[in-house]
This record gives sequence, structure tokens and C-alpha cells, in this order.
Amino acid sequence: MYGWIGTILRINLTTGHIRKEALDPAIARKFVGSRGLGTYIMSQEVDPASDPLSPDNKLIFAAGPLSGTNAPASAHWNVVTKGPLTGTIAASSSGGMFGAMLKYAGYDAVIVEGRAQEPVYVWINNDRVEIRDASKLWGKATPETTDRIRSFTDEEASVSCIGPAGERLALLANIINEYSRAAGRSGVGAAMGSKNLKAVAVRGTGAVRVPDPKAFRNAMVKAKDKLKAHPVGGRGLRMYGTDVLINILNENCGLPTRNFRESFFATADKVGGETLAKRLLIRPRGCFSCTISCGRATKVANPAFKGQGEGPEYESAWAFGPDCGVDDLDAIAKANYICNEYGLDTISMGATVACAMDLFEHGILSLEDTGGVVLDFGNAMAMVEMVRKTALGEGIGQKLGMGSYRLAESYGHPEYSMSVKKQEMPAYDPRALQGMGLNYATSNRGGCHVRGYVTAVEILGHPVKIDSLATEGKAEWNIIFQNLTAALDSSGMCLFSTFGLGGDDLAELTSAATGVPFTTEEFIQAGERIWNLERLYNLRAGFNAKDDTLPLRMLESPIPDGSTKGQVNRLEKMLPEYYRLRGWDASGVPTQQKLEALGLQPNQALAQ
Amino acid sequence: MAKMLMIYPDRCTGCHNCELACSFFHEGEFRLSASRIHVHTWEMEGISVPTTCEQCIDAPCIPVCPTSAMHNDPEGNRVGWDEIKCIGCRMCTLACPFGAVVFDASHNRILKCDLCGGAPECVAFCPVNALEYLDEADATRPRQRMIAMELKKTYAEAR
Repeated sequence: MYGWIGTILRINLTTGHIRKEALDPAIARKFVGSRGLGTYIMSQEVDPASDPLSPDNKLIFAAGPLSGTNAPASAHWNVVTKGPLTGTIAASSSGGMFGAMLKYAGYDAVIVEGRAQEPVYVWINNDRVEIRDASKLWGKATPETTDRIRSFTDEEASVSCIGPAGERLALLANIINEYSRAAGRSGVGAAMGSKNLKAVAVRGTGAVRVPDPKAFRNAMVKAKDKLKAHPVGGRGLRMYGTDVLINILNENCGLPTRNFRESFFATADKVGGETLAKRLLIRPRGCFSCTISCGRATKVANPAFKGQGEGPEYESAWAFGPDCGVDDLDAIAKANYICNEYGLDTISMGATVACAMDLFEHGILSLEDTGGVVLDFGNAMAMVEMVRKTALGEGIGQKLGMGSYRLAESYGHPEYSMSVKKQEMPAYDPRALQGMGLNYATSNRGGCHVRGYVTAVEILGHPVKIDSLATEGKAEWNIIFQNLTAALDSSGMCLFSTFGLGGDDLAELTSAATGVPFTTEEFIQAGERIWNLERLYNLRAGFNAKDDTLPLRMLESPIPDGSTKGQVNRLEKMLPEYYRLRGWDASGVPTQQKLEALGLQPNQALAQ
Repeated sequence: MAKMLMIYPDRCTGCHNCELACSFFHEGEFRLSASRIHVHTWEMEGISVPTTCEQCIDAPCIPVCPTSAMHNDPEGNRVGWDEIKCIGCRMCTLACPFGAVVFDASHNRILKCDLCGGAPECVAFCPVNALEYLDEADATRPRQRMIAMELKKTYAEAR
């Protein structure tokens, strides 16, 4: 095959069996790869009702057809599993080298099944695959794990691993590759930990081929030039990183502040990308094949928060910053470094600390609960201390590691958790960005900004600017973005490539890489198919329309101040229209007609 | 005028686009192990350093070549390699102090930068100008100016 390798690696940790299987070209065409392919495999093989932390769940590392080529920013890959934090289907995307390396080693995807008796890691060296003892790596942070595995295997191996958080089955645990790239959300690190799988290391020296190099080169050069010419994709993200959004969201009074009590943070500029570039940035970094370079190699000299690594990007800076009322960039970077080292999702971690601060200020959490830490909003030291406690599983850290919903619920106040389907919402206030509210409510993996970045139209004016406070048209925009993003995620492209590239370009690149002629419509329809399959999976997992909602604070407590003062999210105005335009019935179930049009069976997500 | 390939590790983002462009140009496929340029990364320090053939004036790979397959090619600004003359003895890979002459086991032949005949693809596809193909006389000017800018700032502050 072209673009795709045509081989899937299956590793059963219970039995130790390792098998190579052919990728069915018809399935590849229908579900593209990465997120789509992983979701298809999950729908065929894992009962949606199964316990995410049981050996019945599977963990799929999957790359897209464009990964390994030099299509710009094409290195994204996904971990697909049933998410332990949410109970939904989870596809967590990461960048770095891992996806491309997997392809060069000869695989489109790796399916990990069962559970090892003792801690193990998997070493994929081209066609030689071994399950190796990891008992001496258990308990180690991600940088040391990566260094050691490289010393045991190959110094250029790409290592995806969990930290101590994932080993402990903390539901905020992520999977880290290349030290600071993260398959961050939905608790995929806990799913890995539950399998006693410390790491997957891969090195490949093979090739990714395209059918017609000249034609591919033309499509690739065209895409690169477009991306380069775009002010955000070509320049803005490299100069300031994604953290440039702090000031933009704040100016629009849509920057959630102090656990979403407010949407404006007076000292936001102190934690924005411009300040970061001046104070902490060593140089921009890029994932494999990236021309955007939004990554931030940073260093904190301040002895209280000393450290070095990558980040923070926007969501992390917001979560540890404005959401906790903190404006100390050094502390924010430190919290970010700790999360990368111990394998914790920065968005959910920061938002969970914010929730704890809210509980503390309302007298629900006591000093005894916090281990004597005065957990007020704005207390940078306390914020970092909570992250450290979670990383080490100390005291209240055990509870924080389970996420804000379970934390708040354990004190009888789940309404303080700013989460959807138990996953923390990211850095866009759904009262100020009505469409993002609908997006959070309908996201197939709970509160999330990368299932359809409606912020692009509501705030950034890309490709057009629409009123962020209006509800009209938001259902349609969400569907457009959700479908496109599902297809893009499945192709291997980075979401930021859309700062310059549209559906036409992505379809053209995917066609040029695979030789399968995807029209723009077919490409986006593949995204719609994937979205509907995810929905079917969640319905079978027990979710229904009642779960497509937002925290009460977003629906009932108006924004207290600023240009968005008085706003609540008017979800009830958007959701019925969304279901209708999706071709779903009033209770959010895809109609027979819609499924037939997409070539899906109603029992596609089959309990087997 | 003679030209040379300049490498600026301080600008490199570690994206490997140079390797991808190199292998795609020469082999028509994406295979890092077939690239004539290699990027070495220290992720935690956030630094990447590309290395490739330096096209030495007094190149150690030339005298060790028993068939003169490896030869000076001043017009191409490079050390040339003649595939027809090469017997695959791999002495050049042993002699090169930069590790820039690589033996490609999958095709049983030498891999070495040939500057793509005068228009290096790695330069064309580097998104941050960490690679430049410059006239020899001017090659170090960007670096000089970088230092001069720093001094200029210092003077401005002192004044």
C-alpha cells in the first residue's frame, strides 16, 4: 500500500502472543487511519460496556497515512482506548516522532491487549518485537524511563511511556513521548498502567512510500506554501506559541478565570505567550515534519520553580494560571514540567486544582484535607504543591488524581467540577463562546477543545468571523469542524495545519499519499462516519442525550463582569438543532437513514 | 563563486524536514536511514544539531578510496562520488571524521551528500533557515551579524 504501510501489530500481554495482521484496504479507505482506524477496531473488538481499567479494554497506538511523509505537520498519531476518566471512547493525540517511527518500523497501528503479570515494556525494532521486563523501570519518571529504555534499546528509539501517575491508575494520567509530547486526555495513561505496560519503544529504518513522488511533491509544496503564508500557521505560533491566545481570549472576556467563576483575568498578560517568549523561551521546537514550530523549549531559573523542558502551551498556561487565579509564569511552567515528568494531563490537572481551590474557598475542603496548605485562588506555591502531591500520590493528591468530578462528588458537591462527561473543560468560557459550549457538550470524549475548534470562527475570525455570543449557526459550524477534525486526526495531520490548510488541501494530500482518490466530500464524510461511530460507541457504553450538557455554572450563573457580562450558555437553543442537522433523532441517536448513508450498521459498536 | 552549506543549530527546531526532503529527493520515498543529512536532538535541553558532509578541501575519504570513486569536484563545490567506480569497500565510511559517509545496507551502496547538484533540497525545505547554501565569501556573515546585533544591544544599554 501507499501512504499506509498495510500492517497492524497485535500484542497480547496476557499470553505474550505477538502477531502481524494485514490492514484491510477497504477499512483504511473508510476510516482513514489513526483515530478513525483505532475507533473502528475498538468498535469491533471491545465491548463498550467494559471496564476501561480491565484487561478487556484495548490500547491502540495508531498513525495516519500521512505520518512519516513530509506533508507539513503530519506527525500526529493517536492512542485510542475506552477512556478511564470519562468512560467514553477516547482518542488522545500526540506529536513528536512516535507516529512516524511506527510507520518506518512497518506498522500503521499497534493493538495492545490483555494485561501483563508483571511490569513490561514493548520494544519494536522494525520487524523484531519483544515484550521485555520493566520491573526496574516501574516508579520512574518519564525522562528517566525514556533515557533508560534508550540505553537498553537504541539511542534514537522513540519512547511512549507512562509516569508514576499512570502506574497508580490516576485517572488524569497521560502517555508521554519524547519527554514532553503527550497523548494527554481522558486518562489514557491509566489504561496503559492497568495493563502493566510501562512503555512502548520503537525504532524503524523502513520507508513510507507514495504512488507518484512528483504528484505528492506538488501537493506537499502547495500545502507548505499556504501554511507559510498564513499569519498564524506561518509565523504567529512560532513566535509566541499557542500561549499567544491568553491575551486574545482575555480581551474577548472569554478566558475562564478562578474555576470559571469569571471570564476575565486582570493580569493575564503576565502569563501570555508574548511574556513567555521574553522570559522563558530558549527556542521554538517542532514535531516531526512540522513547519509551524509552536513547541516551546523553556527554562526557569527562579530557584523556587527551577526546571527545564517544554511548555507551557496555551491550555496548560491557562489551567495552572488564570483558572487557578495564578499569574506567576515560573510556577505555571514548573507545574507543567512536573506533569510531563510524572505523566499527568495538564488541562485536567490544573482545572482540578482550580476546583479544589473553589471547594476550599467555600469551606468544603478543610486545611486538614489539604494537608495544611492554604488553597486560595492565586496562591502559586499552593498550586504547584497540589500538582506535586498528585504526582506523588500524597494525601489529597490521591483524590486530585481522579479528576475534579470525582473530587467534588466525594465532598457532595459535584457542581463545583467544571467538566463534561467527567472531563475538565479547557480554556474557552462557553458562556462567552456559545459555540464552544455546544462543542463541549457534544464532544465524544467529554470536555475538550480539539474535537472541533469553533473558537476559530467565534474569536479568531478564521475562516470567517461570527458573533461568539449568538447561538444561531453554531450547530452547523460545530458539525463542519467536528467532521473535518475527525478526518484530519485520522490522516495524521496536526490540528494547527488548519491555520493555512482547508479540507480541500487535506483531501488532496491524503489522496497524493495513498493513491486513493479522496474528494473533499469523501474525506469529510469519513470524518462524519468516524464521529457517528464514536457516538454509537458511547451510546452503547450507556451515555445518552442527558449527558450532552454543561456544568450548571455555565447554564445558570451569568458572567459577572466585562464585555460578556450577564451571559450564560444557551445550550437548549443549539442542541436540538445540532441533533437534527446531524441526522440524529431528538434523543441524540443516529437515525437508520444516516447510518446507511455513512455505511455504518446500528450495531457497529457491537458488544461481543 | 564557490558555495557552501551552513548549519545553524541555534535555529533548528528538530523537525527533521531536511532528512525527509533529502530521502524523498534521492530515493523517491520517505526513509530517514537513506537521508544524507541527520538531525541529532537533545529533547530536554531543547536543542537539535544537523550534521552532514562538510565537502572537505582535503577530504580524508578521497585518499582512502582505492578506485578514485570519491574525488574532488570543485565545480560542484563538493566531494564527488562516482557510483560506477565504487566497489563498496566502505573505506570512506571509516575515514570520514564526521560520520557523513554512510553505507546503505538495503541497497548496498554509499550515501553521501551531493548538494543535490547545486540546489540542496534540505535547504529548500528547512522551515526556519537553520540550513543555508551560501557563497563561501559570505557564508559566515549571518553569524557575524548575529553577534554584532548582540553587541549593538549591549552598547545601546550602556549608553
